[in-house]
Amino acid sequence: MIGILEERKLQVFENGKDSYGIECGKSSAAGSVSQRACVFCGSRVVLYPIADALHLIHGPIGCAAYTWDIRGSMSSGPELHRMSFSTDLQEREVVYGGEKKLYAALTELIAEYRPKAAFVYSTCIVGLIGDDVESVCRRVERETGIRVLPVHSEGFKGTKKDGYKAACDAVFKLMGTDDETPVSPFSINILGEFNLAGETWIIKDYYRRMGIEVVSCITGDGRVDEIARAHRAKLNVVQCSGSMTSLAKTMKDEYGIPFIRVSYFGIEDMTKALYDVAARFDDELITRNTIDLVSDEVGRLLPRLEKYRANLIGKKAAIYVGGSFKSFSLVKALRHLGMETVVVGSQTGSAEDYEYLKEITKEGTIICDDTNPLELSSFILNKGADLLIGGVKERPIAYKMGIAFCDHNHERKEALAGYEGMINFAREVHDSVTSPVWKFSPARIRARISPDQGGAI
Amino acid sequence: MLLRHTPETLVERSALTVNPAKTCQPVGAMYAALGIHKCMPHSHGSQGCCAYHRSALTRHYKDPIMATTSSFTEGASVFGGQANILEAFANIFNLYDPDIVAVHTTCLSETIGDDLPQIINKAITENKIPPGKTVIAASTPSFKGSHITGYSNMVSAMIKYFARNTGKKNGCVNLIPTFIEPSDMAEIKHIAESMGAKYIMFPDTSDVVNGPMDGKFRMYPKGGATKEEIASSGDSILTIGLGRTGTLEPAKLLDTHCKVPAEIIDLPIGITATDEFVDLIRKTAGVSVPEEILLERGQLVDVLCDMNQYTYGKKASLVGDPDILVGLVRLCREAGMEILHVVSGTKAGPKFERKIKELAGEKTIVKTGAQADMFYFHQLVKNDKPDLILGNTYCKYIARDMDIPLVRTGFPIYDRVGHSYFPIVGYRGGLRLLEKILDALMDRIDRDASEEKVELVM
Ligand code: SF4
Ligand code: SF4
Repeated sequence: MIGILEERKLQVFENGKDSYGIECGKSSAAGSVSQRACVFCGSRVVLYPIADALHLIHGPIGCAAYTWDIRGSMSSGPELHRMSFSTDLQEREVVYGGEKKLYAALTELIAEYRPKAAFVYSTCIVGLIGDDVESVCRRVERETGIRVLPVHSEGFKGTKKDGYKAACDAVFKLMGTDDETPVSPFSINILGEFNLAGETWIIKDYYRRMGIEVVSCITGDGRVDEIARAHRAKLNVVQCSGSMTSLAKTMKDEYGIPFIRVSYFGIEDMTKALYDVAARFDDELITRNTIDLVSDEVGRLLPRLEKYRANLIGKKAAIYVGGSFKSFSLVKALRHLGMETVVVGSQTGSAEDYEYLKEITKEGTIICDDTNPLELSSFILNKGADLLIGGVKERPIAYKMGIAFCDHNHERKEALAGYEGMINFAREVHDSVTSPVWKFSPARIRARISPDQGGAI
Repeated sequence: MLLRHTPETLVERSALTVNPAKTCQPVGAMYAALGIHKCMPHSHGSQGCCAYHRSALTRHYKDPIMATTSSFTEGASVFGGQANILEAFANIFNLYDPDIVAVHTTCLSETIGDDLPQIINKAITENKIPPGKTVIAASTPSFKGSHITGYSNMVSAMIKYFARNTGKKNGCVNLIPTFIEPSDMAEIKHIAESMGAKYIMFPDTSDVVNGPMDGKFRMYPKGGATKEEIASSGDSILTIGLGRTGTLEPAKLLDTHCKVPAEIIDLPIGITATDEFVDLIRKTAGVSVPEEILLERGQLVDVLCDMNQYTYGKKASLVGDPDILVGLVRLCREAGMEILHVVSGTKAGPKFERKIKELAGEKTIVKTGAQADMFYFHQLVKNDKPDLILGNTYCKYIARDMDIPLVRTGFPIYDRVGHSYFPIVGYRGGLRLLEKILDALMDRIDRDASEEKVELVM
């Protein structure tokens, strides 16, 4: 094994061998090739899909350039969210403050687009030069009559998780303003679903078939007006990761809306999600609809999975994703495909999350928090993984090593949620693992020549 | 879709950049640093910037892009980042074992006012940097300049820290390319090599960010200019800067620093620009132009003649980085095309504007700087519809909205491959560019032709 930084030792754990609790939630050690992003990134990804809102990034140009339409959250209507607006701070403003420029930018934009609401993201430098973003927003709100919400997302003030929190705070401020539009007694909000590759549409369709009204989806294919009446839904269904739990908690405290955590990924978790929601309403028709839906979908799904499974049995997978909740579902889903997880890690997992991962993985599995490419590639090699599931920065690492890859981050091109998503996932994993390109991989060729080296590179 | 949001009338904007046609300094600095052998780029700031810059380069090159970060927290932003970077040095050398660490700043560390040269000196005196290893640093605040400035600043840092005048000439020509693809860097070397010139090129990202799949993940792929080569650049006969915006400053620095005279020429895109480059090498290195290069040139001229009727009079709009834009305009003009618009988010100054107008004519609209963004470019394109757009991936929205063929050039290109393997500079690069332009225009003719007008031979 390669060296692991001393201060990272407790962030890496081998199941069945080590016995400490995994450390997490630390900022990355200075000098590591961290895969992690910043507070701003967290806020931006959560709020980005609100399609009829204006998203203005207050800061130098880069922060805006890198988040311009890279997330693939689809909208069924307006697409204002896909534009990249920036105050493009220059030296002058860094010295004298950027409030004037922010004010001018906001008013110009609102005049042009008349958005339903505006979010103003503060980046690192704004925190540093001390612009009073709050008061500029209030003033523009007063003058234009449009909600203008500051998002406190200065990058250095924590981790991506803190960005989620800042985004939730901003979204919460939009709620409670629409008490007119009728809302069904069987109604929910979906929290933490971002409509990557159209996944929200799949999930919404399930609820429709169950007889449940989705008041708002926060934030996939999001609309300001829907969020404005979200406080009247009867249940909050929180999908995945830490991103939305804080909002669900606030809504519970303020509006008494209970919440449950679900995952829409993989057969068990998807099914459990729907049954859990149905159970909350305890209504005969909804229960029957749900049973019908599940048996229908699973009945169609299982035979279709078989042909993929046949080729994948016994293969090994490594997982490195953003949210740890996602990794639970992945471990289970891979099992359906006959695959075993040998490495699993996340960028933002909590202590309980890692405890749970210990439970659901086998002895010898490496569990890690906030890893770096050198570690990751050595784990992969060590455990002989055939597949890596990760995000944009992991893809070329897997390919250079000559192993298969599946994107489970925001660059995915196919919907992976729901039953339909499970088929897509199976196909993607299958096609990558069994691709003919690997026969050109020198590592595998060498492994074939001298099997005792066990695929050593 | 997206561009439903662009109104046709040009509106005066004072405070706003919409859909930027540039990115920030560190990404250029990071890319330049990758062009040094066994070098780890290091971002002095918060994690977020570094993560974004690595993602951007990863998406563009589809190769693992390594870089470390000082991981600023709130503490660092109050008390300065010295403690972070000292800790970072220890970790980087200990774990990743590079020969060189190339530090660039971010907006944050710049605003705090961290004095990197001083911190590095401290690290040296306190033995925080292992023997034989070097740390170099460039200041790259994005509230001044763009990714091109960042690239240029990092190349200057290479010179500042490495280049030495030993008093003994080495007979080499220095080649400093602007921010271009690894394939372009390789093509420049190909020309110099086949002419038999002795040269030193830096940075050189070929074989670094377009590496082969060989079953290994490498922290440091085999390419990149070595520290010794860069050191020796101080003893060269002449520096040729290829592309003014990206290379003027470093070339000047090498002159003041080591007394190596410099000549700045256009990026060799198209026939005449490449001729100028080849001729300059011929004269400086005292070599002659070999058959091989003449053949390549002849082929490019040949295709240009063969296909002239399809490009002649066609109208093109261009957006991108200044140095590449000058080259593209030159090639397009050689193909008989008209240039309607030239836009760059990077501020390139009046010289650039004059140059474009000289090449393309007074009527061409040229704009650079903050409000020269994709939004503005789109408005121009909406107003006088060109036949062709040349620009980066983000142009696809505009091309789609306007139903105009697009040839992807510049940075970033996230949605096509090829740019890191095939050049656009040199005669061979010209041939490829011409092929791409013709494909785009002729596919269009085929697509739009009425049934009876579809022709087999074109
Ligand atoms: S803060 Fe500056 S360096 Fe960092 S991403 Fe933004 S523009 Fe780039
Ligand atoms: S400047 Fe701050 S907010 Fe912007 S990308 Fe960098 S870390 Fe994130």
